[in-house]
Amino acid sequence: MAYVAVKGGERAIDNAHAWLAETRRGDQAVAEIATDQISEQLGRAVDRVMSEGGLYDRDLAALAIKQAQGDLIEAAFLLRAYRTTLPRFGYSTPVDTGAMHIHRRVSAVFKDLPGGQILGPTYDYTHRLLDFALAAGAAPPAAPQAESGIAAMPRVSDLLDDEGLIEGDGADEGEPGDLTREPLAFPANRALRLQALARGDEGFLLAMGYSTQRGWGGTHPFVGEIRMGEVAVEITPPELGFAIDIGDITLTECQMVNQFAGSKTKPPQFTRGYGLAFGHSERKAMAMALVDRSLRAEELGEEATAPAQNVEFVLYHSDNIEGTGFVEHLKLPHYVDFQSELETIRRMRADAGRAEEMA
Amino acid sequence: MTPASDDPNAERKAWMRVLARASAGDMRALLADCPALPPHIRLRGPEVGLVMARGRIGGGGGAFNLGEIAVTRCTVRSEAGQVGHATIARRDDEAAELAARIDAALQDPARHDAMAARVITPLAAAQEKRRQDAARRAAATQVQFFTMATMRS
Amino acid sequence: MTVDLPGFADPVGGAQECFRAVLDAMARPGAIRAAACPPPAKLHAATAAVLLTLVDSETSLWIDPALAAATDWVRFHCGPREVEASQADFVLAASLPALDRLRAGTDEGPDESATVILQVADFAAGQRLRLAGPGLRAPATLDVDGLPTGFLAAWEANHALFPRGVDLILCARDRLACLPRSVRIEKG
Repeated sequence: MAYVAVKGGERAIDNAHAWLAETRRGDQAVAEIATDQISEQLGRAVDRVMSEGGLYDRDLAALAIKQAQGDLIEAAFLLRAYRTTLPRFGYSTPVDTGAMHIHRRVSAVFKDLPGGQILGPTYDYTHRLLDFALAAGAAPPAAPQAESGIAAMPRVSDLLDDEGLIEGDGADEGEPGDLTREPLAFPANRALRLQALARGDEGFLLAMGYSTQRGWGGTHPFVGEIRMGEVAVEITPPELGFAIDIGDITLTECQMVNQFAGSKTKPPQFTRGYGLAFGHSERKAMAMALVDRSLRAEELGEEATAPAQNVEFVLYHSDNIEGTGFVEHLKLPHYVDFQSELETIRRMRADAGRAEEMA
Repeated sequence: MTPASDDPNAERKAWMRVLARASAGDMRALLADCPALPPHIRLRGPEVGLVMARGRIGGGGGAFNLGEIAVTRCTVRSEAGQVGHATIARRDDEAAELAARIDAALQDPARHDAMAARVITPLAAAQEKRRQDAARRAAATQVQFFTMATMRS
Repeated sequence: MTVDLPGFADPVGGAQECFRAVLDAMARPGAIRAAACPPPAKLHAATAAVLLTLVDSETSLWIDPALAAATDWVRFHCGPREVEASQADFVLAASLPALDRLRAGTDEGPDESATVILQVADFAAGQRLRLAGPGLRAPATLDVDGLPTGFLAAWEANHALFPRGVDLILCARDRLACLPRSVRIEKG
C-alpha cells in the first residue's frame, strides 16, 4: 500500500468537522444530552463500549458515546486511544467472582441450585413490545425488595466438581501474557485467548458462538451459570506491601457446560467454556464462553474444522477496532495504487487487442 | 468494622475499603463534624492511571488479563507525620486526596477514634445499606418453583 | 517501605523540563544542562529528576547495590520492573558498569539498547574528555570527576558498535551531561 501526500484538504476538513459538531448536537431546540444521562440511562451501551474499549470507566465511555453520536465501535476506539495516554500502575489480584454481590444469577442445568435462581434486572421475559409509556417519560415504580437479601452464593462450577463429571478450573499457570504489552503471537494459550475475547466485538463473537450451535464445530452447550453483579478489585501497592480494595466493578460471568465424548487420554465428562465481561453484558459473556470452548478443540483432541475452532481466524478478526481500521482505511487516498493498477489493466487490454488483430 | 483476623493490617484495610467507595461530597460532609484535618503535603499524585484487572480461567483457575480500570491514586504526609494512601477505582482527584488524608488521620492515635466514629462508621453503614438494598431487590426476583405433587407415586 | 519525599513539585511540568534537558544534552554531547528534584538518600538531584522523567512501570531498571538506599523511593515514584543489569532498559549506577555486559540493541532495533544513568561527583575536576561526532560542529570538552581509568577503552568498544551500543546520562548534583553512543571520545 502506498499513500500520496495530498495537501489542500485542510479547510475542507475543518469545515467538515464543524458540520459534524453541528450534526452531533442536532436540533438545538431539543435539550442537549448529558453524559450522566448516558451512563445512567444507556447503561448497556456504556457496558459494551467499556468492554470492547478494554477500559472500565463509565464516565469516559458515556462521553465517548456522546462524541461518537452513539456509534459504539467509534466510541470504543476513542476509549482505546484515551487509555494510551494514561500510565499503568499495575495489575489487580485476580477478581473473585465467587464473592460477587449478585444482582442476577441463573442456571439452565440445575433448577434447585444452592442460592436459587435470581432473575435480576433482565429483559429475558419482556414481550419485546415497544413501550410507548417510555416515550412519554414515566417514572418507574420502585422495584420490590424482599424481607431479607440474598447471601453470597457459590459458583455452580464449584458445586459440581465433586464427582469429576465436570472438568475443574485447571491449575494456576503463573503470570499470564498481556496483549496490551506484547502483540498477539501464536500459539496463544487460553489466558491470552480469553483476554482477546474479553475485548472482542460482541457481534463477531455472537456470530462465531452461534455458528457452533448451528453445527460448525458443535459443542452441545448448556448454560451452567450466568452471574452478574459487583466484584471488589484489589491491588497491592509495592509501598504498602499488602492488598487493598479499591472499589467495585460490575461484571458478567458465564460458565458454559459442554458435552464431551472423551478421548484416548480423557474419560467422557462435561467440559467448560468461560466468559467474563465488563458491565452487564450477558450476550457477550455467553458468546465468549461458547467461543472459548470451541477454541479448545485441539487441546481436547477434537478435530478442528470449523471457523470457530480456528484460533488464528478467531483472534485475528475479533477486535473491532483493528477491523474497522483496516476496512475503513480503504476510504483514504489510494490514488497512486489505483493509477498503477489502471495502467496495468490498460496495458493488458492493449496487449489482448493486439493479439486479436494478429489472429 | 470488626476485623476478625490476625492480619496486622486488617483494620487499615477495612477503612481503606470504605474510603475507596466514598464520594468526595460524602467525605467532605462528614469531615465537617470533625476536628479539621491537619495540613499535608502530597508525596505522589493525585494522579489518574490504569490498573489491569485480572480474572481467573473458569472463575478459579489460572489468571488472565480482563481489561483495564481507570483509577486515581494519591499519597500524602500529614503535618502530624502519618503517610496516607488511597487508590480508588474511578477518576476523581478530590476523592483520592481526601481518602489519603483520612487514611493518614486514622493512623494518628490522637485522631483515630473521632475519624473512625464520625467518618468511617457512617460511610460504611451507607455502603452496607446500598448493598443490602440491592441484595433485597435481587431476592425479590428469586424464582419460587411450585412443584406439583402427583396423586400416584 | 516508607517514602517521605515528593517527586517533582509539578509532576507534568517538571518531567517535561527535565526531558527537554536530557534531549538537548543528548543532541549536543558534553553540553551541561540543569535538572533537579528533591533527591532521596544516595541520589543527586539530577539523578532523581532523570529517574522520575524516564523510568516508569513500562520500563525495566537495574539499581547499583551502592545506591540501594534509594530503592524504595524509586519503587514508589517510578515503579519499574527490577531486573538484572544485562536485561535492563535503564541502568542506575554510581560507578561505571561493564558497558559490554549491557543490552546493546540490534541493527534492526538499536533503540532496544540500555541507557546508563551514571551518577558522578562533578563536572569540574577529574578526567578531561575530548568529544567529537554528530551534534558537535567543533570538538567539545567535558570534565568528569567520577569515571574510572579504563573508561576510554570501554567507550571505544561501545562506540565501535554503532548503530548499536549504550548511551550514558551523567548526573552530578543538579547538572547532567550526555554521551550518546555516536560520540567519539579522546583524552583531552
